[in-house]
Amino acid sequence: MMRMPWFGWQSPATIAEAAKILAGEGPQAMLIAGGTDLVPNMKRRHQTPATLVSLRRVAELRKIANGAGLTLGAGLTLTEIVDSAAVREKYRGFWQAAAQVASPHLRNMGTLGGNLCLDTRCTYYNQSLEWRKAIDYCLKKDGETCWVATASKRCVAVSSTDSAPALISLGAKVKLVSAQGEREVAVADLYKNDGIDYLVRKPEEILTEVVLPDAQGWRSTYWKLRRRGSFDFPVLGVAAAVKLAADGTVEQARLALGAVASRPFLVDKGGEFLKGRKLTDEAIAEAGAIVASRAKPMDNTDLDLYWRKDVVGSFVGHALREIRGDDMRAMRMRIARQAL
Amino acid sequence: MNAPAKPREKTRFDTIGKPRRRVDGRAKAIGQTRFADDLVLPRMLHAKLLRSPHPHAIVESIDVSRAQAQRGVHLVLTGAEFPVPYGIMPVSQDEHPLARERVRYVGDPVAAVIAVDEQMATEALQLIDVKYRKLPTVASPEEGLAKPEPRIHDYGERGNIHRNQSYEFGDVEEALARSDHVFEDLFFYEGNTHLPMEQQASLASVEGDGKLLLQSSTQNPHYLHRQLARVLQVPAAHVRVIATPNGGGFGGKCDPGNHEFVVAKAALMLGRPVKICLTREEVFYQHRGRHPVLMKVRTGVSNDGRLTAMHLQTLLDGGAYGSHGPASTFYTGVLTPVTYELPRFKFEACRVFTNKPACGPKRGHGTPQPRFGQEVQLDKIAERLKLDPAEMRLRMVTQPDSLTASWLHVGSTGLAECIRKVVEMSGWKERRGKLGAGRGLGLACSTYMCGAGVSIYWNKMPHSAVQILLDRSGQVTVYCGATEIGQGSDDVLAGLVAESLGIDPGWVRCVTGDTGITPIDLGSYSSRVTIMMGNAALQAAGRLRDTLAAAAAEALDTLPDRVIFSQDRVFAAQDAGKTMSFIEAIALAEAKFGTLAAVGSYAPPKPPGRYKGAGVGPSPAYSFSACVVETEVDEHTGWVTVPKIWIAHDIGRALNPVLARGQVIGGVYMGLGEALMEEQAFRRLPPKLSSALVHRNPSMLDYKSLTSLDMPEVEVALIEYPDPNCPYGAKEVGQGPLLPVMPALANAIHDAVGVRIDEIPITPDKVLRALEKKEKGEAPRVGPESFPSVPYPAPTFVLPPWEGGDGNELKGQEGRKAA
Ligand SMILES: Cc1cc2nc3c(=O)[nH]c(=O)nc-3n(C[C@H](O)[C@H](O)[C@H](O)COP(=O)(O)OP(=O)(O)OC[C@H]3O[C@@H](n4cnc5c(N)ncnc54)[C@H](O)[C@@H]3O)c2cc1C
Ligand code: SF4
Repeated sequence: MMRMPWFGWQSPATIAEAAKILAGEGPQAMLIAGGTDLVPNMKRRHQTPATLVSLRRVAELRKIANGAGLTLGAGLTLTEIVDSAAVREKYRGFWQAAAQVASPHLRNMGTLGGNLCLDTRCTYYNQSLEWRKAIDYCLKKDGETCWVATASKRCVAVSSTDSAPALISLGAKVKLVSAQGEREVAVADLYKNDGIDYLVRKPEEILTEVVLPDAQGWRSTYWKLRRRGSFDFPVLGVAAAVKLAADGTVEQARLALGAVASRPFLVDKGGEFLKGRKLTDEAIAEAGAIVASRAKPMDNTDLDLYWRKDVVGSFVGHALREIRGDDMRAMRMRIARQAL
Repeated sequence: MNAPAKPREKTRFDTIGKPRRRVDGRAKAIGQTRFADDLVLPRMLHAKLLRSPHPHAIVESIDVSRAQAQRGVHLVLTGAEFPVPYGIMPVSQDEHPLARERVRYVGDPVAAVIAVDEQMATEALQLIDVKYRKLPTVASPEEGLAKPEPRIHDYGERGNIHRNQSYEFGDVEEALARSDHVFEDLFFYEGNTHLPMEQQASLASVEGDGKLLLQSSTQNPHYLHRQLARVLQVPAAHVRVIATPNGGGFGGKCDPGNHEFVVAKAALMLGRPVKICLTREEVFYQHRGRHPVLMKVRTGVSNDGRLTAMHLQTLLDGGAYGSHGPASTFYTGVLTPVTYELPRFKFEACRVFTNKPACGPKRGHGTPQPRFGQEVQLDKIAERLKLDPAEMRLRMVTQPDSLTASWLHVGSTGLAECIRKVVEMSGWKERRGKLGAGRGLGLACSTYMCGAGVSIYWNKMPHSAVQILLDRSGQVTVYCGATEIGQGSDDVLAGLVAESLGIDPGWVRCVTGDTGITPIDLGSYSSRVTIMMGNAALQAAGRLRDTLAAAAAEALDTLPDRVIFSQDRVFAAQDAGKTMSFIEAIALAEAKFGTLAAVGSYAPPKPPGRYKGAGVGPSPAYSFSACVVETEVDEHTGWVTVPKIWIAHDIGRALNPVLARGQVIGGVYMGLGEALMEEQAFRRLPPKLSSALVHRNPSMLDYKSLTSLDMPEVEVALIEYPDPNCPYGAKEVGQGPLLPVMPALANAIHDAVGVRIDEIPITPDKVLRALEKKEKGEAPRVGPESFPSVPYPAPTFVLPPWEGGDGNELKGQEGRKAA
């Protein structure tokens, strides 16, 4: 089998202890939660941290707290998120996103925090060291050229987290804690459009919790495009959260895209366009076109890149129709291959 | 032992045809089965291979001194230790366990480290210094034809052409000229790989008597045994190969692998057991999977939808080595005439070397590609002639006990029944065309061999042999070289012997796939095992039954030919009250004749064709399948969903219907994966910046195959017309049911949205592109646009049986004129 590089192991019991270890070890230490992203990456020598700081024993990270909104510990597994009735009922889009991450086995191990901090992906990068040697590496790791856009000075690896676009559309925030203190950052501001330096999180910061605002009056949904019904990362994620007036007029709307850039992002223009309108077929089509124009898929993930761009509008349409109240179960079954 | 009069054949079966739990089911379900990587021996060392990062290069020097000096390293091997080449086919001995002077694809092994554990071996690989001189690369057969230099191999037809051949059975141009219609189509079938769950693993050791033992996940212990002896230059009798139960093979474990020679050599040199288990990425490099094939099919048709002649041209991307390529090249055509009456047939094929992992045999070996082309073309013909595709096919299926234009003998056939069955099950007549927008049904048929009529190396000996030993405890031990690769060959063996002796399969112990103990079986390939091993087993069991009958007859006061074996007992036919247990019968026979054992063996019948090349294609029997696929196509995105598949397979007789259905559904699963997504695809970086030519997706995440959520419901019908050449009439089921799925899907998509995707895999972007073309009023088709000019040789010309031929080649122009 593929072998791990050597590493040291720390297993703190509290956030404070973990923060202290990170502060002491500096950037050569990395946090590990479920390890479903980091372990394969280490096998491929993407990251070779001298020390792994495991979050498994940190009980504080596994809390679920109900308040006006909902606070979720970053150490909850995705299975725990999916099993949470509060998430399922109030934050449907996020629930649908979490339920479609990877496969059941990976959701049993993978955590919410790990999902938000997931490394960006690229078919030139997510390969073994030997394979990457055969292309003389690339900009993101050990090399000079970006093989996806050879003229580019920037790595365009893809943000592939499912939960982030859903959380962005829901207006969620995260708490980042370090030995120096803590801060709150909107999920929408957590990411940078850079395949290498993709998080605003500093290496010594721990993402401890996700804070969801009150969802009263909001409807949300998440439509994921991937080749198969399980296992695959998204090649497009459309998250929508809409607050409708009693007569069906849009009071507020947030549309977010995942997997079409190095970060998940809010398409403000899409939301603004819908505000004050009803979700008619025409409005939905127009919103779809606006959102689609912002998608910039690259040839570094699964499926034909032009096609991926072509279908963004359709997926926005599925999302908005579901929010309008259309029966989308058959379409969902065809795309997700499961009821959601 | 003398052979008295035959005991009676049974009129009803005890075991055959009854759904049973397979004999190895328990161990597999509870994790007890020991696969190669589960084996551990005291003092075992671990091997890892260093592989080339270059697609084509000269190895100028290798310095292993740093690796050799590393702690925990016991041995470093290079090509210098392996002067003798190998290859599964005698005509393609073009591989070395470790490259000697040249590497031909990214992943070609160049050196090996044997160390205390896998971690140390892996780390030491980095310390081997190899100097390469890069060479220009060939990425496709078109490029290989255009660039004869540099040659990837210094043998073959010429330039980078490995194999090039042409056969013509009757004057095809003349027949096409006379036809009411001539259809010409181009098709492309992308390469794909086997994706067995179990990665190849091998454990080599030196046994107490100093002989080499290799326990390996191989489908062909016999061929591996021969190659090991040659390459390691040790007498074959000093080599023993045990094929461990394979966690899936599908053809990927037919070729001897570099790793097998490396651990064997290392174990001999070190006197310690040496193990290797490939990583998943390495399995993609070992490959030997489906050849990418470009096809041109010209078919003449009469107004009433009968075929008059076909001219089939294929171009195969062979990858870097010969592998089974010479056979694969034949198989892209030779089985084409078996399904439908085809008065004349011309077949040209060319295999080109490229700097990619070698292609070889994958489930259906070479035949899914032309079958896809032919069956999609038939759908186009039916559409144009306004015929029902099922009816049109029904009218022209080949007849039982007939010959094809190419002199293949078709024995039993249930193809017509298969078509009728899937038409009925799917509601074809009532539902087709009435499913609403974006939904459709497609139908396709296929055939496959029940074992190749000729062995891989030429010889006149049996292809399979079975030895049975009866113990006075009642235990029946059956020895056979056949290899359990998950297909259920042990269960077939136990079931057949049990039926023949009238006992429960639980009495039977199978000892299989061990060249040190078991009699020959050529291997688990070409769907040969049930038929060949089965016939050998029935012969051996029959001989024992005769002996038991002779002894029992006396005690039962009847004649040997009136003795019946059933339900673990032996009866007198006319008087069921006269009976004894099977164990009592053994005791009587053992007392009378001595220790009870018998052997049986099987060689296929001599094929009727006598021209050179007639050895590829003949089989003792052919299985047939028909399939209907239902699709839903989203017209906005091209997204394809398959809610249901119906398939009927002419299996002759289902020995164990549970197993048979499992094979059918497994075949459909694999076929649908190929049809929709599987691609062994490669990436060449911008040539100005890099000479890289790499596998795009050598992982189980990025190489897409269906998950259980993507798998539709499959309704299976087993059509049972027992074939006289087969054990209790049982034909193959391991490969055939895969074949009709891909064309049936393409035809269903056409039925749903009126576009033709003449290319596998059928991905949503291709469907959307075709839909856009349709919208614009262009030809609604996506597929290859041109076929390069291939320098096929002048054909071997043979007259079909009905034109007065005798199965021999007619030499030169004169022959043709005489025709
Ligand atoms: C085959 C496969 C398929 C997958 N498919 C999907 C998919 O469809 N969608 C998807 O979104 N993901 C997918 N993943 C990725 C991964 O499984 C999930 O994103 C998972 O949620 C990651 O969580 P983890 O706890 O395992 O992260 P880890 O691997 O433990 O960590 C991932 C990264 O986050 C950092 N990190 C972890 N926790 C924290 C924290 N609390 N604070 C700060 N940094 C932290 C780590 O240092 C590391 O850099 C897939 C993975 C695999 C192997
Ligand atoms: S986008 Fe470019 S730089 Fe980034 S990982 Fe891919 S090839 Fe490397």
